[in-house]
Order: sequence, then C-alpha cells, then structure tokens
Amino acid sequence: MTRKRDERARDRAMTGVFMAATVLTIGLLVYIVVYILQKGLHVVTPAFLLESPTEMGRAGGIYPAIIGTIAVTGLAILIAAPVGVATAVFLTEYTHESAVSRLIRFGTENLAGIPSIIFGLFGFLFFVIYLDLGWSIISGALTLAAMILPTIVRTSEEAIRAVPTAYREISYALGSTRWQTVTGAVLPSAVPGIVTGIILAVGRGIGETAAVIFTAGASLGIPASIFDPVRTLPVHFYILAREGISMENAYGTAAVLIVVILLINIGAYWAMNRFAAKSNV
Amino acid sequence: MGNKVISPGEAGVAQAGQAQDGQPGFSRGMVGISNARGAGTNQAPPDIKVSIRELRFYYGKLEALKGITMDIRKNELLTIMGPSGSGKTTLLRSLNRLGDLIAGTSVSGQVLVDGKDIYGPGVDVAELRRRIGMVFALPVVLPMSIYDNVAYGPRKRGIKRRALLDEIVEQALRAAILWDEVKDRLRDHAGRLSGGQQQRLSIARVLAVQPEIIMLDEPTSGLDPISTLRIEELLHELVERYTVILVTHNPLQAARVGGDVAFFLLGELVERAPAGVIFTSPRDKRTEDYITGKFG
Repeated sequence: MTRKRDERARDRAMTGVFMAATVLTIGLLVYIVVYILQKGLHVVTPAFLLESPTEMGRAGGIYPAIIGTIAVTGLAILIAAPVGVATAVFLTEYTHESAVSRLIRFGTENLAGIPSIIFGLFGFLFFVIYLDLGWSIISGALTLAAMILPTIVRTSEEAIRAVPTAYREISYALGSTRWQTVTGAVLPSAVPGIVTGIILAVGRGIGETAAVIFTAGASLGIPASIFDPVRTLPVHFYILAREGISMENAYGTAAVLIVVILLINIGAYWAMNRFAAKSNV
Repeated sequence: MGNKVISPGEAGVAQAGQAQDGQPGFSRGMVGISNARGAGTNQAPPDIKVSIRELRFYYGKLEALKGITMDIRKNELLTIMGPSGSGKTTLLRSLNRLGDLIAGTSVSGQVLVDGKDIYGPGVDVAELRRRIGMVFALPVVLPMSIYDNVAYGPRKRGIKRRALLDEIVEQALRAAILWDEVKDRLRDHAGRLSGGQQQRLSIARVLAVQPEIIMLDEPTSGLDPISTLRIEELLHELVERYTVILVTHNPLQAARVGGDVAFFLLGELVERAPAGVIFTSPRDKRTEDYITGKFG
C-alpha cells in the first residue's frame, strides 16, 4: 500500500517537473517576444519600414536593411539549397553507407558546429579579400550559404531517408533509372521535409549577424547590384545598440526581425502540414 | 528432371568478385561478373525463357543461393515454394538485378534470359527490369493517384501522349481485374484502395510497362482469403500472355495454383516437378516433410 502511494507521489512529482520545464521553455520564448515587441513595436510604422534612415539611424526607417536582408538571405538560399539537396541526394541515393559517406556526414556536422564569427572571418579573408568581391551582397550570401549548408544537407538527408525503401524498389523494378527514381519516387515524398529544412535555414540566415557583418558590410545605401555592400537587419540592430545611436530604433528593428522570423517558422509548419496532408491520402 | 546436373560448360564458371563498399553507385563494382563462360554452350532451346546456371548469391559472406540451376519455360507458371530464408525472394531479386541495390551483395553463375546473360557486360539493367516485372510481398502504392501509379512506368519510358497513356492505364487495370472497381475514381489517391485492390494495382503497374516475365513475391501474404483467391485466378489469366513466377511459402497455395513447383530450402533447389507430382509423390524426404507440415 505505502509503496504504491510512494510511486504515485513520485509520478505526480515528475509530471510536475516535466511541466515546469515545458512552462519555462515556452515562458522564455513568450517573454522575449513580448518584451521586444513591447519596446519596439510602437516605432514600427509604414514609414519606418519604407524610409531610409537618417542621422546614422537615429531617425528615419530601416528600408535599406530590409532590402539588404532579403538580398543576402535570398541569394544565400539560392546557392545553398541546390548544393545542399544535391549533397543529400548523393549521400542517400548514390552511395551505400560507407567510410566515405560517414566522413562526408561527419564533415557537414562539424561545419554546423563552427561558430558563425569564424564563418565571418573566413568569408572576409576568402570572399572579400582573396576573391576580391569586397564587402558585398555576394560575399555575405556565399558566407551565409556555407553556414546554413549543413542544416539543409542534414534536414534533406533525413527527409529523403524517411521515404520508404519500397517506393524506390517499385520504381527500379518498373525499369526506371536512378535519376528517374530519385525525381519520380523519392524526392516528391521528401519535398515537405526538404522545404521545411530550407525555410528553417532561411530563418537562421535572416537572424545571422557575425557572419555577414564582416562580409556584406554595414552600408546604409540601397544596393544596385549583388556586388554592392549592404546592411542587414541584425547588423543594423547591432550597430544602433552597440554604438548607442538609438535604442528606440534598435528595438524597432528587433521587433521587425522577430515578427519576420516567427512568420517564417509558421510558414514552415504550414508548408509541412500541407504537404503531409497531400501525400498521406 | 536433372535440375542439379552441371553441364561441362559451366565447370569453369568463375567466382564472383567481392563487392566493393564505398563505390558510388551500385551498378558498377557491386556485382561480380564471372568471366570464364564457354561461348555457345548455353544456347537455350527456343521455348526456354530463363535459364539459371549455378547461380550463387551472397549477402556479404552469407551464401543465400547455393548454386541454383533450373530453366523456366515461356508462358509457364512456375511456383517457387519454401519456408522463410530459403532464398526465394533472393532468387527473384537476382533475376531482375534488384539485388544490386543492396550494399555488399555479389553474384556468380549465369542467368540467361532469352539466351542472353543478364550479368554480362553492356546489359541495360533498367530495360531488363522492365522486361521482368516484379510484384512485392506487401501491397505498396506510390503516394499518388490510382492513374498515376499505373502510368508511372510508361511515363518513365517517355510516353507522354495523354490518349496513349489513358489506353495503357485502362488495359493494365482491366488485365489486373481492377478496372471496374476504380474506373470512376482514377484520380483518387491510391492509398484509399483496400489491400487486395492495392495488390492488383501493383500488378497493373507492372503490366503497364509490358513485361515479358512477371514475378510475384508472396503477393497474397497480407491479404484476406477472397482477395487471395482473386489474385490466384488472375495468375491463370496472366500466364496466357506472360511467363509467371510465383513465390509462396504456402504449399496449399502452390497446390491450388498448379503448374510446376520448385521447392527451395536453405538456398538450394531441392526438387522441381509439376504440382500434381510433387504433392503426391515427392522424391525428396525434405519436400515431403515440408508439404505435410512437419516443418516450415
């Protein structure tokens, strides 16, 4: 009898512990979001979004930083997504599990563990200086692409591996080539996972500061080409806050950033569910 | 029947090269190709569709087929019967080279289809697999519509014209005795079909690429008795036009279906005879024990 009561008490206690941990996690997220929005949302007006900053950002809007962020992140995804998905397809469909594929996977996983400031340094030395691309959208995008590549490879690989082997066998047994099998039977089922991974990588890229501040620059001009320097939103926020230019506008920028990233994550879930609903009857 | 007799021509069949792990791609380096084959010694008579000679199949070091030699005639219904682990599925997978897909496998011996060695150099493996259709044990549909499932193979062969695809799909579904049940909902997701319907869809999918041989690997193992009966009846229609190889672990099914029965055990062909003979007077004690239910 007592033992049973002990067990039940422990069961209740542990339920409490797990719930507390969950509440803490969610609470932290909610707190950060609410805090930033409270401090920053009131400066976010259409003008703030659509005007160029004046007085180094003390007044005016953040339009060039929005353009800069879209340009750098967008280009980075355009570079990283095909390379990442192709790597994942190669690892899953074109090689058997072996020392080589394990080495490649180990390499990409290590790439994911490298601090972003190191990517920034590498991008600065290699793209900006050595390849003489200067502080530019292309330098920032290439650096960011290298940084988000492991995420895309990893999520794509998992999505592709989750496709039932039976689909491949059916396709091959009907006389399809490997390319036909990959495009006809494997990738369509893996698309939701791959898209989700790419969207999450976009979210990560948008918020990245260290990797782009050394490579895309901090220019407040509107770029005319991918070889022009830009300032992204997190860099703008960093400079406004770090230099004590305007905490008001820094929070405004942060609010925009957080809302965008939340929307992207919601978009990722929406895409995932939509595709999942489509493929499972 | 002389199934296990090795003719002098095969005495020099070389051992398979070991599979090379880590090779990008399974079609090269994975399959050992025996070289010392006597040219002309294996000219099969015209009514022999598949001629298997001393076929050995390895998963790594494990020998799953231990030197199988047998012939399969055109338009015959051959049942391969045996318990789990007897090499039935492995045999099918070595006939359409689907075994190539598994890492670390290797093959030795010969498989001649229409007198041509399918493990020889310059074989178009995709085309081989089209000619030798395979229906898997569990009914699996591709995550797309009924129509698209059947049209999958033809589309990969480059058939794009709508009217032609429609015709191929209808013919294949009719031949698989599924047309009447699905003709009004071809655009439905194939996953909505029942298990028995899904298995007939799998057969239709194979028929749509116009194979010459159809291999069915325990096609009724997941099905109810009525669906099973349907598939078995279908086999008799298929054999009018195709060479049919049925794999089953169930002696009763082998007896119902008729045709020749080849009994496999632990990677060996124990004996082969017409169903009427093998079930009444098996030559080998092991066959008798199996069909009388002493093991398996």
